[in-house]
Parts: sequence; C-alpha cells; structure tokens
Amino acid sequence: MTDVAIVGVGLHPFGRYGDKLCLEMGAEAAQSALTDAGTDWSRVQSAYVGSYEVSNPDAVVGWLGLTGIPVRGVFNGCATGGTSLQMATQAIRHGEADVAMAIGMDKHPRGAFAADPSVVGLPSWYGQTGMFLTTHFFGTKINRYMHQHGIGIETLARVAAKNLANGAINPQAWRRTAVSVDEILNSAVVNYPLTRYMYCNPDEGAAALVLCRADIADQFSSSPIYVRAAELRTRREGAFELQSPSLPLQSVPSPTVDASRAAYEIAGIGPEDVDVAQLQDTDAGSEVIHMAENGFCGDGEQEKWIADGDTEIGGRLPVNTDGGLIANGEPIGASGLRQVYEIVLQLQGRAGERQVPNNPRVGYTHLYGAPGASAVSILSR
Amino acid sequence: MSASNQKPVAEGLFTWPSDEPQLIGSESDGRYSFPARPSANQVLLERRGTLWGFTTQQFRPPSPPYDGDDTAETFEPYALGYVELPGQLLVQARFTESDPNKLTIGQEMELRVVPYTTRADGTEILTYAFAPVEGN
Repeated sequence: MTDVAIVGVGLHPFGRYGDKLCLEMGAEAAQSALTDAGTDWSRVQSAYVGSYEVSNPDAVVGWLGLTGIPVRGVFNGCATGGTSLQMATQAIRHGEADVAMAIGMDKHPRGAFAADPSVVGLPSWYGQTGMFLTTHFFGTKINRYMHQHGIGIETLARVAAKNLANGAINPQAWRRTAVSVDEILNSAVVNYPLTRYMYCNPDEGAAALVLCRADIADQFSSSPIYVRAAELRTRREGAFELQSPSLPLQSVPSPTVDASRAAYEIAGIGPEDVDVAQLQDTDAGSEVIHMAENGFCGDGEQEKWIADGDTEIGGRLPVNTDGGLIANGEPIGASGLRQVYEIVLQLQGRAGERQVPNNPRVGYTHLYGAPGASAVSILSR
Repeated sequence: MSASNQKPVAEGLFTWPSDEPQLIGSESDGRYSFPARPSANQVLLERRGTLWGFTTQQFRPPSPPYDGDDTAETFEPYALGYVELPGQLLVQARFTESDPNKLTIGQEMELRVVPYTTRADGTEILTYAFAPVEGN
C-alpha cells in the first residue's frame, strides 16, 4: 500500500469574522497549507472540501485557481474533517493523485443548531415538543456514564478548565481566557449536568492539509508526518445515538470504539504508543467518555487521570493541547482538520508555548457526532 | 377544560382519550420501534418502565421547530431522557418532573399525556411524558 504523508498544514483561526466570506477563510487556510509545504495549487491533483453551510464548497477554486482537477464537496456531520482526510489519503493510495488537499471551512450562525427534524428523517412533533436538540444526547450520555462509572462533576469541570487554559496559551484559539474550576461549576446549567463553560459553541473558521505520496514527501517538507490510519465508522444497531426517539434494549458500543479499534489495527500502533491526542470535546463529558472509548483508559479511570493532570500538557497523554472544541468552537467542516493541524505542529515540535515535551512521535485525532459517525486518525513522524 | 379543547400534537403517537394512555409502537421480528414504523405491526407499549438516563433543557429551544407558546423569559425548563420499557425498548420522552435532583436513574416511571402548549384559539396541544411513580 502506498504510504501517505502530510507535508503542509494551514489554519484560518476559528472565531467570529463578521461579513468575511466562508470561502475566503477556506482559501486562506488552503494557501497557508500550500505555503507551509513550499508549493502552490498547480501541484495539487485532487481536493476534498468540507462544509455544512456552504452548499458548493468546491467554489474555493475560484480563489485558488481553475486548474480542472477533481474537487469533491464533503459533508459528513461532525466527522466531516476526518472524512476529508480519509478521502484525500485514499486518492493518493488509489493513484488518482500524487499530491492532494483536504480543506474544511464553515461559518455557523450563533446558538444551538436549529433545523427541521425532517432533514434527518424525523417527524415534526419531535421538534415541536422540544426534543430535537443534539445537546440532549450529550447531557443524557454523560449523566448515565457518571452514574455507572463513578465520575464526579468536578472531573468535568477540570476538563473544561484544562481546555480553556490550553486555549489561553494558543495564539490562534477563539477562547483565550482561562476559567477556574469553581467558576465552571457555578456557571449556568445548559443541559444537566453540563454547564455553559463545559460546552463548545458553533463558530467560523477553516483548516487545510497538503498530502502526498510518502516517497516524494522530501520535495515539500523536511519533517513529513505520515498517515498511519484514517478510519471512519457509522453506528451499528443498538448504539446510543443522537436524535433517537427510541432505541433497542440490546446495546452495542459507539462508532468511536469501532473506528478506534480499526485505526489501531491498521496502524499497528496501540493506545499505549500515543503521545498526544485530540478527542472530540463537544462538551467536557464527551472528552471524558472518549478517553475510554478510544482505548486510553478503562471506564471510570478518568476520575484519577484527570485529578492527576494526566491529560494536561506535560501529563502522560496530553489531550486537546490547542484547547479543543471548547476553546476553538466548532466550524463543522473544518474542526477535524484543526485537530490534524495541531497534531502535526506537536509532532514537528512547532507548537510553541503549548508544545508537548519529550519529542512526541505518535498523535491521534478523533471526531464524533450526529447522526452517529466517528473518524479516527493515527499520525506519526 | 373539556376534551374538545385538547388535541394531540400528532395522530398515532398514543392512545387518547384514555385514563391509562399507552404509546403506539411497532414490532417486527422482535424489534420494537417508537414511533410505529409504517410497515410493521402496531403494538401498544408498556405504560411503566425504569429511568435509563436523563438531562434537562434549561433554555428555550430554537423555534421553529419548537412551538411552545412561551418566550425566552417565560420558558420553564423541563427534564427529558430515556425510559426502559421492559422487554420492548428505550423510549425518549419529556418528564413531568423538571428538577434533576428529584430524578434517579433506575426509578420507576409511568406514562402520562400532558399539554405542553396552547394555541391562539385556546386549544391545548398534548404530548406524552413520563412521571415518577409515587412511593418509590
């Protein structure tokens, strides 16, 4: 199988940018990634462009250049960025391209995502009666998880405080103010037991990667990062998922568990080998659950991990070193590529004040979201 | 208020009017669903089950699709989650009890039909909700 390397990364920082066009942010992130790779758009032979709000994200070529290459729009819920990475990797493995790009961008309105339930095949009454909110899933899942596995609310607050503290030392983060555990605990409850500071918010931004055949990586970068695995899985019957008016009694693990196991197997790398991770933190509870679902610890062990600071920068497995979704917000099309951007900086030793010590070699990214899809990548030097 | 001024939010969700309302689900090869799947056999679901998991909604949901007659200021938070109906399924529902400190995973819950909003013409719109069983 052809090995694939990431040789350039670019980010349009996430936040709020007034009237600035989403496509313009996507083009700037793409140009940054090309500059990082020391190349230009004319070398790119295939591109995958993810967005929720832009109906034809391939229009980004209007800024980058009309070169005639295959460009494909991608939308796969919160797993969009990971899907774009996987498809760009496959394009190189399959021989369609020697050099490919994954680009993601979004520009969401403020507040909770609002849509008619019919867009996901659910009846109108589900929305009319106030049940069609993705946040209910997160509150319900962590509440049951805490009950089953002895996780306290302080642990969730510590996770949110860690991500906000990481954001405070990341010049590109949206939320750049550290918030204390007490303030997080005492802020308004949004969906019990999750408080305001424990949630991420939708926002705007873009991220991009340049990928190529590993055997030509030295043309672009002196420190390529190799894609050891990039896997996508969807829910199986019985998984506890968002937007489910009913579920079977017999339960099965989340698609996160399936994607994670597949990625470890393909990479020949285990969770004990991972030096730095980016885990979907839609809310602080999600990060806690995802530590176990991705194989880093057992259910309930998070209580001690978090108390001991094991997921802080300098801990045994730093998680969400750039502040994660909690400090960066979630422009859906770009979020997964921001995760990869951060891992690449960490593995190349370019993460500045938030650099993980001891030359991390292996990084891990994880996305999860509606309607029950998860994307995992394992990257290494 | 007389029953003529009340109306279910949708047909085919629950038996009504009834003193002991039941959700209308479906079953096909041992697989239960709610709401009922059009092609499967309709079955009346158990009225009682146990609380599987819950959360609360503390702010007024985006409207549309939410059509409560409240405002951001008058909105009353509610609790919701899943109830495990023995031998059948987990069903998602609003609860009559809105205080999370008065709900415990594993407690017994029973189905009710309750108004959740009132239309401009005075018609109360009914939905289903589970209530904690007293004495547990």
